[in-house]
Amino acid sequence: MNLLAWLPFYPLVSFLILIAFGQRLSWTVASLLSVGSIGLSALSSMVLVSQLASTSDHLMVTELWQWFSFTAPYLETAVPISFGFTLDALSGVMILVVSGVGFLIHAFAAAYMKPDPHFTRFMAYMNLFVVAMLILVLADNLVLLYLGWEGVGLCSFLLIGFWYQDRNNMLAARKAFIVTRVGDTSLAIGLFLLFNTLGDLTIANVNAEAPLLWEVGDNAPYWIALFLLGGAVGKSAQLPLQTWLPDAMAGPTPVSALIHAATMVTAGVYLIARMNGLFILAPEVMNYVAWIGAGTLLLAGVAALAQTDIKRVLAYSTMSQIGYMMLALGAGAWSAGVFHLMTHAFFKALLFLSAGAVILALHHQQNLFKMGGLFKKLPIESTLFSVGLVCLIALPGTSGFFSKEAIIGSLWSSSTAGPTLWWAAIVGALITSIYSCRLFFLAFLGASRVESAVEQNNSNLMVMALSVLAVLSIVGGFIPLDLTTVLPSHATNVSTEPIWLHPLAIATPFIGVAFSWFYFKEYRSKAPVNLIEPTSKWSEFCRKGLGFDGLYQTLLVNPFCFIANLNRKDIFDQLLMFFAWYSKLCHDALSGLQNGQARWFAASIGLAALFLVGVFLL
Amino acid sequence: MSEIPLTHAYILASILFLIGFVGVIVRKNTLFILMSLEVMLNAVGVAFIGAGSAWHQADGQIMFILVLTLAASEVAVGLALLIRMQKKFQSVDIDILSKMRG
Repeated sequence: MNLLAWLPFYPLVSFLILIAFGQRLSWTVASLLSVGSIGLSALSSMVLVSQLASTSDHLMVTELWQWFSFTAPYLETAVPISFGFTLDALSGVMILVVSGVGFLIHAFAAAYMKPDPHFTRFMAYMNLFVVAMLILVLADNLVLLYLGWEGVGLCSFLLIGFWYQDRNNMLAARKAFIVTRVGDTSLAIGLFLLFNTLGDLTIANVNAEAPLLWEVGDNAPYWIALFLLGGAVGKSAQLPLQTWLPDAMAGPTPVSALIHAATMVTAGVYLIARMNGLFILAPEVMNYVAWIGAGTLLLAGVAALAQTDIKRVLAYSTMSQIGYMMLALGAGAWSAGVFHLMTHAFFKALLFLSAGAVILALHHQQNLFKMGGLFKKLPIESTLFSVGLVCLIALPGTSGFFSKEAIIGSLWSSSTAGPTLWWAAIVGALITSIYSCRLFFLAFLGASRVESAVEQNNSNLMVMALSVLAVLSIVGGFIPLDLTTVLPSHATNVSTEPIWLHPLAIATPFIGVAFSWFYFKEYRSKAPVNLIEPTSKWSEFCRKGLGFDGLYQTLLVNPFCFIANLNRKDIFDQLLMFFAWYSKLCHDALSGLQNGQARWFAASIGLAALFLVGVFLL
Repeated sequence: MSEIPLTHAYILASILFLIGFVGVIVRKNTLFILMSLEVMLNAVGVAFIGAGSAWHQADGQIMFILVLTLAASEVAVGLALLIRMQKKFQSVDIDILSKMRG
């Protein structure tokens, strides 16, 4: 039990030391401290999860202290909000992913960020992020979850803007913060509604009491689930709040791997899976979840097809894979969604990190059209990257295959999804394999278009971290994930499904690969053809994320700036300025009286005396 | 010889006081201000004397002696200050003493 209480606090200690001593720590000490503390958390998580299997009710609870208490107007007693952790199968998976993948990414980052002058600050923020993320997934009540939720948002902001000297990075950080704020506000409103109607925010109680209090399709769970979904949409970069994620790639690559691929962006998926008891009561919202997921996965896939920046391809791909998770949750296939979350964390972290290694070898060149032929020059990185891509495409045998097939297989007969969404998922899988092949051909095959010398990577730490992730990506599909103790199981009705359903789902990635093999022939051709970036209007449109940025610019940002400019002399300020003006007037009048003339003073005394006498007499 | 009514004494005192007061506030020469102050004090003295004689009490006259003493000491201090002022500013204009401007 103590192990559970300590779990999130090892990185916190490391964070405090790193922030306090900063530059005075050498690289060795700082990296040992930060990576070691995460390692300690990862070890504790493994021990805890193995202990969890042997407990009778698959539940471990520890309450550290009471945080504060709430009183609703209609309640007699105050409701205590505890600072407590709950470990069950779902949060067990999450802490393994967060601390395990987090540990590997930290190890990679220690080598990757070594030359940076602000290395300690970077590792400190990364540690703080893991603290917040662990609190988020372990929280036993929604208020504590919200603390972690805001904490990861803060760390995301700090790390996207890590190289804040560049204005663009700062703008990207600000955008991420503001856009996710919309979702966070929605989540907060959801929590208020929940507390107001149920009078309790402990997750277990909410999931247990909600079905007793409400019928399926009632108004209250509908609105609460809708607001919670708003929070999840913001954090997980789903339609329509997805615009911040591609820009978030301004941060260092390990940040993209840890925060914007493996852990933080999946917090929304975790939230919905966690509150399953509530979402089941609102089938319409489940349907929205599925549609949002499907919409996002298609949109992000199309956008990924046109990207020229290797990291932005991966960013859009992340968005689209989270779309798959949302689709699974919306279809009621809770375990499949969480399973995909786990495998995606493995292979997307691998993809980002090996992309980072490639970028480092090319002296921070991220443009795909300036790569080419890297397979011969960087064989290790290229192999590892290909492993990640194969999992992303979901070729049979890889981890991505198992999780994605589980999702697609549950869609057809689901009451909240259906054949339309099944087709969306299939088209999405096709697009996934096409943009993956395009990326692979452009970067690793074909003629070399690299302008500067390729710098061979000589850090064993990086290769080790990448190799472990690669192994996890391949065998991750065989990890037995039993979430039936937490999540309701999903029964597929096989009888209504056509016979060609599963074969088609399995064949889709191959169709995509075959298509790209011919369609992108010139990308992989060995002849030194002069490749230029497509500049047609259509590809520009896709590259910019299908115009959402421009839409928000015209719909929200410009009117806001216009009103702000119009109201530059704030009308409410003027109200306050009236008091200032009035007191200044009084001051001027009174100080004018103090002119220092003795005769004037004498006259004032005389007149005042006359006045007082007059008052007394009358 | 009939008695002077008290009202007349008060009217005389009021007129004298007013003349003195106006002198204080309109004259710029400090010497004349001091003289006007004397006039005001004497106006008060007239009021005391008149009241004392009307009510047949000695208090009025005693008060007048006090007022006289006050006037004498006031003039002593006032003239001393006037000499200092003349020496420092080469002027007895009261308006140059306006350093207490708010």
